[in-house]
Parts: sequence; C-alpha cells; structure tokens
Amino acid sequence: MHAVTSNGTPFKFSDAALAEVQGLMKKYPDDRQKSAILRALHIAQEENQGWLSVPAMDHVAEVLSITPIEVYEVASFYSMYNLEPVGRYVLEFCHTGPCAIEGAEQLIEYTKLKLGIGKNQTTADGLFTIKEVECLGACGYAPMMQVGQYYHEHLTEEKIDRFINDCRAGKIDKGTWKMH
Amino acid sequence: MGRKLLLEHAHVEGIDSYEVYRKHGGYRSVEKALKNMTPDEVVEEVKKSGLRGRGGAGFPTGLKWSFLAKPEGVPRYLLCNADESEPGTFKDRFLMEKIPHLLIEGMITSSYALGANTSYIYIRGEYSWIVKILEKAIAEAYAAGWLGKNILGKGYDLDLYVNPGAGAYICGEETALIESLEGKRGNPRIKPPFPAVKGLWQCPTVVNNVETIAAVVPIINDGGEEYAKLGIGKSTGTKLISACGNINKPGVYEIELGVTVEQFLYSDEWCGGIKNGKQLKALVAGGSSVPILPHFLVTKNIRGEQRLMTYESLADGGFESGTMLGSGGFIVYDEDQCIVRNTWNFTRFYHHESCGQCSPCREGTGWMEHVLWRLENGQGKMSDIDLLADVAKKIEGNTICPLGDAAAWPVNSAIRHFREEFEWHVREPKTCMERNYGLVKEPEMYVQG
Ligand SMILES: Cc1cc2nc3c(=O)[nH]c(=O)nc-3n(C[C@H](O)[C@H](O)[C@H](O)COP(=O)(O)O)c2cc1C
Ligand code: SF4
Ligand code: FES
Repeated sequence: MHAVTSNGTPFKFSDAALAEVQGLMKKYPDDRQKSAILRALHIAQEENQGWLSVPAMDHVAEVLSITPIEVYEVASFYSMYNLEPVGRYVLEFCHTGPCAIEGAEQLIEYTKLKLGIGKNQTTADGLFTIKEVECLGACGYAPMMQVGQYYHEHLTEEKIDRFINDCRAGKIDKGTWKMH
Repeated sequence: MGRKLLLEHAHVEGIDSYEVYRKHGGYRSVEKALKNMTPDEVVEEVKKSGLRGRGGAGFPTGLKWSFLAKPEGVPRYLLCNADESEPGTFKDRFLMEKIPHLLIEGMITSSYALGANTSYIYIRGEYSWIVKILEKAIAEAYAAGWLGKNILGKGYDLDLYVNPGAGAYICGEETALIESLEGKRGNPRIKPPFPAVKGLWQCPTVVNNVETIAAVVPIINDGGEEYAKLGIGKSTGTKLISACGNINKPGVYEIELGVTVEQFLYSDEWCGGIKNGKQLKALVAGGSSVPILPHFLVTKNIRGEQRLMTYESLADGGFESGTMLGSGGFIVYDEDQCIVRNTWNFTRFYHHESCGQCSPCREGTGWMEHVLWRLENGQGKMSDIDLLADVAKKIEGNTICPLGDAAAWPVNSAIRHFREEFEWHVREPKTCMERNYGLVKEPEMYVQG
C-alpha cells in the first residue's frame, strides 16, 4: 500500500477509452457501474504514462459517478497500479519462492547493476523502472518478469541484455488494455 | 493412469477457436443439460461425480451448489475464480490459454444448474492477455447462440463477462473476490452470512475455481458415475497439477487422482525426477500455503506406505507428518535449497499480501518475516525459533479469513521438520551465509516406521 501523491497534469480519457469504459459499465446491473473500476483504472494508467495521478483517479471517479475517495481506496490497494511516475518499461520481476530457487534474486541484482538503479527506481533517461512483485503464475517457467501486458519467461542474463537493447531501440511492444 | 478429461484436446491445433473446439465435441454438455435435464438434475449429476473444489479447499462441489439460496425474484450469480495467485500454481492459466472454450462451456452448464442469468469470470489482472483470449471465446459463443437470450430456444438467458483484478492474492479468497468485483478493496468478509445466501451485491452466489467449472463438462457429457470411476475413494476424477522447482520437466499435467507421488515425481511422463542428478530435499505439494514435507515423508507416509496423489493420502498423518493437495501447486526442492530462506520468502509473500484487517495476520506475518530474515542472515538467536513457532500459533485460527492459517502453516511445518537446519543457522551464522545445510537426517522413528 502506498500514499496517494497529488502531482500530475490534467487527465481525460481519449474518446476511444471513454467509449470503452462506458461499455464496461454496462456489464454490471444498473447502479453497479462501480464494478468497472479496476479495468477503468488499468486503462487510465495506460493513458497516463503508466501511473495513476490524482487527476487521473478523479477523472475515473467522475466517469463512474462515484466519489474520488472510493477510487483512491481502490487504487492504493492493488499492486498493479503505480501511484508515482514510472519509466516507459516497467520490469516487474517475480521474486517469490519458485522463481527464487531458479535464480530470480541473482537476475534482479544483475539487472539493477546493469541499469544502475534499485527497486522502484527509474533510470535517468526515463526508460526503465524495476519492480519486485509476487508470484505471477509462471513458476514452471522461472525466472520471469512481466513488462506491460506480456510475460518474459525462462529469463537469463543474455535475454535481459537483449531485451534492454530492444527496449532502447523502441522495439518492444507492451500490449494494451484497450480492446483493439 | 493416462486418462485425460480436461486437457485431452488441449494440444489440438486451433482448439482455442470455436469451430475446432466444437468439432471436437465442444458444447455438448450445454445441449444435453438444456435439452434433456432440469437444473436440479445437473446438480445431482455433479453430486454423483464426487467432484471436489479444485481451488484449494476440496469442498464437494455438488453439495456447495445445493446450499445456494433461491429466494423468489432475487438474481443468483456464479463467479469463476481465476485469480490464481498461490505461489506454485499455474494450472488455470494453462487451461484458459489453451482451451478457453472449455471454461466458457462449463460456465454455461453450471450457470444453468444454479439458475444464474449473469456470471462473471474474475481473473487476476496480470493475466491480461488471457482476458483477451477469454473475451474472444465469449464473443464466439454469443455468435453461435450459446450465450445471450433464449439459449437453444429453451427460454434460458445467460450473460457472461470477464472481470480482471489488479494484483492482490487475497482476491482469490471468495468473499474478497466478491468485494473486489463490487469495485472495492479486496477485504474478506466476516462469515456468516455465506456467499450462498448473501454474496455479490447481497445476492446468493457460488464461487468456483476454473478447473472445477471445467470438470462439469465431462461430468455432464459422460455422467457423474463415469467420472467417479476415475480416482480413488473420495478423490474422484482427474486433477491438474502444476509442477515446478528443481525437476527435469516443469509444467502442467492432468493426472488421474491416485497416481503415486513417486511415479508423479520420478517418471518421465510427469516431472522426470530431480534436475542435475541431485537428491530430493523437500516438497510443497499443493501451493505455498500447505505444510512442507521433508524428503523422507514425500513418497511414503509415516507408516512406510506409498503416498498417493489424492486429498486423503497427502493429508495422511495430519499436520504432524502429512500435508495437503491444495491447489495442485507442486514445488520440488533439491538438496541445495535452504529451507530457512524459502520460509522467509513465503512469509514475506504473506506479509505483503495480508489485507491488514486482522491484527494477528497483519502484525504476525510481519514479525515472522522479520525474525526469519534475522535467522537467514546469521543474526538469529536460538530463542527465535520458538518465538517464530509461537507467533505462527497465535495467528492460526484467529483471523477473519484463512490467509492467516496459510501464512502460519509453512512456518510451523518448516520448524517441525527442519528444526536442526534452523538451529544450524544460529550456531553457524557465518557458514549459513555461504552454503546451505543440505539434507536433514531421517529421525529414528521414521526409519523404523
Ligand atoms: C488467501 C486465499 C487465496 C485463495 N486463492 C484462490 C485462487 O486463486 N483460486 C481459487 O480458485 N481459489 C482460491 N482460494 C479458495 C477460494 O476461497 C474458494 O474456496 C474457491 O474459489 C472455491 O472454489 P472451489 O470450490 O471450486 O475450489 C483462496 C483462498 C484463500 C483463503
Ligand atoms: S486473515 Fe489476513 S488477509 Fe485474511 S482478512 Fe485477516 S488480515 Fe486480511
Ligand atoms: S514464483 Fe515466480 S511466477 Fe510463481
């Protein structure tokens, strides 16, 4: 759980995202549109450079017709939401037991040294943030990390090197929460 | 013991598409249920199958369904639990990725049985690409007339939606899942009332695991009695096991319940033995929450009998010398692994995932993490070992939801079976930082069996 920060520029969903969120609200009974909050926040985060600023959360509250505090409560509970700015590529390494016995900790150390940052820090060029997360359901394909929507499994130092180069060259597709 | 019911077609090219799935017998269970059976008859068939919940607790599914309250004019909901966050568990992911229509089909047949007209699949947010796989399958099922209004002209309506989470292990607990689906923090509810009476939006609700729902398909196709012929005793049918750790062949396997642990662990059909010619040190048989077993209690129980992959056989010996089948997350440790470090790692997980509502869980997991860190880093005292056991005991049974117990069991069992390794960490603080303890010796009483 983390504190809500107050900086951030004004935020509004793109037209496509707004239409999508309004569509999501219809999946729940009348007056239960609050249930669309988790996915609405995923989309907002994606449209706000990977993190949820107060203006972004306030906008989600407005779209869902709920109070801002209801959104802050939720946003601060779930680990996939970033409440502070992050780099373009957030490397989320699993460090739970099964990944740890396959060398996750050494690999995380390697990446930190390579990028010159620690956990929850972002490189000066704004490209990379390292996060350590709990089991992502890829234990048989360990060690692994998630970046955007995709899993990168059976990681090695060579794979990390290649991945970082590809990111720097702008070749990595992060996927999107939006439907199309 | 190679019979497969769920993954039989999982490797067929294009099975994730509607046409191929249908060609391989898909959606027959919906046809059969809606055309020839009343909802109660479907429930009856599931009861006869002996199917037990595959999410971890192993509660009989038919019985659970029969508890669902049916007040007039109040909607009922079926929620599929695809939160899958228990360390070591990655079976539901495999099923949904490979053969998504099996889950959709199971949801339709099960929703019909329960009289639900709206159902949701709550899936962990990190599985975001699977959200798309499922939504594509759902769209295909709507287009083919298996979902929507008046399905098969039988007057039954069903809408099915996918609801992704956003990173919280606790949302796999069924009442936390309901809270999360309502758009709130995932704080478990105090029970009673149970979801069967007051669940989603205070309406009667059933929550079932992905694999449980999928198993309803072969049960309705072939009949509950046929299903019950597979397996042993009260462990009927097949089970998906996700195997990981220091083995040659990690992966997801469908086994008939009753395979011996020895076969599962060492045969090439499944795990293929311990990697790099090492020896087995320990096993966590059913996800991080279940008690850990030392090598000498893995393939045999305390009386020297073969241990089987069943609910009963794995639990044989209770918490003294047994464990649980749990979610089927099978984690294997070789002789080089450190039990203290692993216990610290799991405890850090539970501390991180505690929702914070109950002080024994919120504070206790933090204390255990702290003390274990001390021991693992050569700063522990002998008295820390009993302190740990004491904190674990004070959490167990004193919390709103079972996460507290789940956090206590790995610690209790590690101390019970690997005490000398914990003591070694205190006695040899320098050595424990450089190398691992290796295998614990088999106590006399076990040898004599
Ligand atoms: C902390 C915690 C996490 C859980 N996580 C899951 C999960 O990820 N998936 C699941 O199916 N059940 C999980 N369960 C069990 C559910 O509460 C519930 O028993 C299960 O979904 C019922 O379905 P079943 O009867 O089909 O097994 C969890 C329980 C607890 C206490
Ligand atoms: S036991 Fe832990 S996770 Fe469960 S309700 Fe209490 S504090 Fe939350
Ligand atoms: S422990 Fe890393 S994915 Fe499960």
